Amino acid sequence: MQYAILCYHDETVTCAWSKEHDDAVMGKLGAVMGKLERQGKLGPVARLLPTTAATTLRKDREQPLVIDGPFAETKEQLLGFYVVDCASLEEAIEIGKELAEANPGGAHEIRPVGVFLPGKVAS
Amino acid sequence: MTDASWISSILTAARPHAVAALLRHFRDLDLAEEVFQEACVRALKTWPKNGPPRDAAAWLIMVGRNVAIDTVRRRSRLQLLPPEELISDLSDAEVAAADRIDEADYRDDILRLLFICCHPDLPPAQQIALALRIVSGLSVPQIARAFLVSEAAMEQRITRAKGRITAANVPFETPGAAERFERIAAVAAMIYLVFNEGYTTSVAEHGARAALCEEAIRLSRLLLRLFPTEPEIMGLAALLMLQHARAPARFDQQGRVVLLEDQDRALWNRRLIAEGLALIDKAVRHGRPGPYQVQAAIAALHARASRAEDTDWTQIDLLYGTLERMRPSPIVSLNRAIAVAKVRGPADALAMIEPLATKLGGYFYFHGARGAFLLELGRTEEARVAFDRAIALANTPAEAAHIREQLDRLSGAAL
Repeated sequence: MQYAILCYHDETVTCAWSKEHDDAVMGKLGAVMGKLERQGKLGPVARLLPTTAATTLRKDREQPLVIDGPFAETKEQLLGFYVVDCASLEEAIEIGKELAEANPGGAHEIRPVGVFLPGKVAS
Repeated sequence: MTDASWISSILTAARPHAVAALLRHFRDLDLAEEVFQEACVRALKTWPKNGPPRDAAAWLIMVGRNVAIDTVRRRSRLQLLPPEELISDLSDAEVAAADRIDEADYRDDILRLLFICCHPDLPPAQQIALALRIVSGLSVPQIARAFLVSEAAMEQRITRAKGRITAANVPFETPGAAERFERIAAVAAMIYLVFNEGYTTSVAEHGARAALCEEAIRLSRLLLRLFPTEPEIMGLAALLMLQHARAPARFDQQGRVVLLEDQDRALWNRRLIAEGLALIDKAVRHGRPGPYQVQAAIAALHARASRAEDTDWTQIDLLYGTLERMRPSPIVSLNRAIAVAKVRGPADALAMIEPLATKLGGYFYFHGARGAFLLELGRTEEARVAFDRAIALANTPAEAAHIREQLDRLSGAAL
């Protein structure tokens, strides 16, 4: 069975971390992830950039609506995610629209990824 | 992680919101700061035991208000102080109530707090110091270190600045749309000043002053969170991130300046670049260009080039042309000339900057660039004169050393 572990925190707090503190946290996480990786238990890991860099695509209408900022509603739940490699935000939005056409309703939050580790699960 | 460390990050993050709300409540900056400080002291005492509250800013605002009431009571000697636990163990309901009161206005509260720091009556150095003290919460010794002045001098500068803004009397009414826009523009300019203060540095001072760049980036994110659809704020944030991303490559091990085209691009901060690129892409979609966006777009072109020779100089030349029209300045023209030299050659670039000589005659970069163009054209004697002039005008030893290197190369060629 695979589980996704979703990470929540107040980004104004994490952005106020000093570089030393950030490095220390990443170092400690690295140790845990290294162990999981050796056990073949670690899939992809992503550290997302702040929500100020996010764009939201509302796909609950005929022409999806592009809004600045993160997805802020609480009526909907996080159901899944894609990681796409794009030359620009424009391309990411286009991909978001293509996915929206296949699966309308709800929204896509498009957020740049700061750190990405591909990982590999054994099974 | 030590208690002090996680608490201090939370307090720093909550500070602009909490101090801004307390300022509106008391209409007195010194009192707002004082009670916030006291609320932080209580947080340090109770949070390690009880854990941090769900909404740190609301907790600090509530405790801050109670602190002020206590002070009044203590002064009137009518009642004994309530025990610490009563103040610290605020029920969630109380916090939620305080939250509702403040949430409605908190955007304009924080904007006001930022705006009083960049009041036109304050000279730039005082604006920066005040913003770092009041909004960022840096200590006076920290700010003094960043400015390379004594603590006493910095204390005096901040006190003087506070005196001026009290006299200036910024109104507490909710601003109208036009006024709000003016405030945003003034705050953006102040954030840019904070950044530049940190960016203009030599390697010896780099550590202390880089903090200013990081603080400016944090402030730009704060402003963007308040006004998430303003393309110029996205542009500003992107510009600061893309510039600061190059910081680790700007000096070599001997502390010498490394020019953009010679920098080891593997040292650039990829995370900041990714964030900056996403923001400039977002801004461009609005189709409302402005000076910060154009400058960020130029920085983005450098960031996107994996090698110096891949840089799209034609596009950079065009963008500087746009910037010249938006905000005409000899400095912008000088920067454009660097792109022109790459696209059309040093003769065109030299012709472009010669008319700037009267305005930029006392400017280090002007003579440095002029010397480089002359050198490329093989006019070595004139180049030597220009480089000598640049060294005389250098702001830091690193700048002078960089030009001296070019001169050494010249002497080598002459031998």
